[in-house]
Amino acid sequence: MDWNYIQGILMLAGINLIAVLGLCLLTGFTGLFSFGHAGFMAIGAYIGALMTVSPNSTPGGLGLPLIVGIVAGGAAAGLVSWGLGSITLKLKGDYFCIATLGFGEAIRLVLNNIQVFGGARGWPGVPHYTTLLVVVIAGVIGVWFLANLVRSRHGRNMIAVREEELAAQIAGVDVVKYKMIALVTSAVYTGVAGVLFGHYLTFLQPKMFNMTKSTELTIIVIFGGLGSISGSVLGALILTALPEVLRAFDIWRLVFYGAAVILIMISRPQGLMGGMELSPAGIRKLTAARRLRQEQKKARAAENAEGGAS
Amino acid sequence: MSDILVVKNLTKRFGGLAAVNDVSFNVRRDGIMGLIGPNGAGKTTIFNLITGVYKVTEGSVEFDGKAITDMEPFKIADAGVTRTFQNIRLFKNLSVYDNVLTACHLSAKYSIAESILRLPRFVREEKALNEKATALLEIMGLTDRKDVTANNLPYGLQRRLEIVRALALDPQLLLLDEPAAGMNPDETEQLMRLIVDIRQRFKLSVLVIEHHMDLVMGICEDIVVLSFGQKLAEGLPDEVASDPKVVEAYLGSSGGNSKC
Repeated sequence: MDWNYIQGILMLAGINLIAVLGLCLLTGFTGLFSFGHAGFMAIGAYIGALMTVSPNSTPGGLGLPLIVGIVAGGAAAGLVSWGLGSITLKLKGDYFCIATLGFGEAIRLVLNNIQVFGGARGWPGVPHYTTLLVVVIAGVIGVWFLANLVRSRHGRNMIAVREEELAAQIAGVDVVKYKMIALVTSAVYTGVAGVLFGHYLTFLQPKMFNMTKSTELTIIVIFGGLGSISGSVLGALILTALPEVLRAFDIWRLVFYGAAVILIMISRPQGLMGGMELSPAGIRKLTAARRLRQEQKKARAAENAEGGAS
Repeated sequence: MSDILVVKNLTKRFGGLAAVNDVSFNVRRDGIMGLIGPNGAGKTTIFNLITGVYKVTEGSVEFDGKAITDMEPFKIADAGVTRTFQNIRLFKNLSVYDNVLTACHLSAKYSIAESILRLPRFVREEKALNEKATALLEIMGLTDRKDVTANNLPYGLQRRLEIVRALALDPQLLLLDEPAAGMNPDETEQLMRLIVDIRQRFKLSVLVIEHHMDLVMGICEDIVVLSFGQKLAEGLPDEVASDPKVVEAYLGSSGGNSKC
């Protein structure tokens, strides 16, 4: 395997990772499921590309550097999500989920009809700015920001919303506000991932951002384990690389991919990490829990022995 | 003014049913008041109205001289009223410590930007929050269980944890919804001491719904009796206990019908 090929997979995994980090906050920590995040990715990708594409190839293109594209793409996705959130966040559970599904499809269909961006035919000529270094830097910053957020009072409030909405309210948590923060943050992450995605492929087409893409992101979050950043990182790396590893199976590739995901979810329904983190504090917690279990087992054994003796 | 909570002509109708009908009472500052009545009398509905979970149909609720009628629940919590639930509502999958730490959040003011960049104020206030949570668990005797998942706590301790979580908000008024439900006499005794103790220590007022009469008669200074959504009686424990209307509501009519 040559380095270019591996590099390509790593970049794709990194881009998926950034999108998944956002969804991890929304689904894993705040408890809201979304099947429309490909929509935010599309908004990021198209707005980002509009900033960087040369005016010669697309009228309206600004020819600016990638960083402007990233900021603009993330901001645009965040802004749209704020609008979406203010009309849908009062919806409970499944209804919110359906609203996001509709939103994702709507964005795709709108893009299909914007001729400036090439409509359904696609939009070639996006500059090839995304390098492995850019993806790694963005990924590391993304993980760091998210880890800090989750371990702050704001992050804990989001977890409280996921655990028990009514109790969170009584504990003084503005539930709607924190759902909104989670939604907008997740949209910004996904939007940035979209920008990087466009500048990696150098070609954009609305059907890249269909519902399959949205579900792929959600699957990665669940696969990694809800409420675990390290789970999302692992999930993104494994599930992006898996189809490539399975290329040996040729046309059966996606069947094996599906089967592998199902098998893992059956054997570990709580996901790879199951809410645990690969961090010093997380590992401490894990060992403490294991010790507690052993002590309980010992205590029970002692009790049984006593019961047998009497 | 010596009343921390003033409930005036409170009414809640669900369709045609008046679950709470024109109920008025005051909770004295630093007092412990009991709210009793047969099942379905509207006690928990009153709690839901005070804490903003339900919208009030008519009437008003005033806390510490300010109207809190129909405010959002989180704002009422912020103002200083908090509660526990009849069916325990903990953050089940979090540790005991995280349950309390989460509820401490109103004591910190750092913003989201400060938290994602780990600025000095974040670090400082976060340390203070952790100290507060640790101290609360220490006072309430849950330190040795702080890493246990809330769901795995014994029932009595889950109730206790819910009270600790409420105390983490520094409330001035604590509403307890059947705190002794499912407890044996021994645990009830402990709980009584706990309630009296936290009132002293945290300088708060308590309004408690309870069916255990030993608890109600033991610690409440005033009692309000509800029946079918209406206030039946109000007064000192002894007065209420000997009130014929109250006896009737609990045991059926007294006129010669002595089946029980």
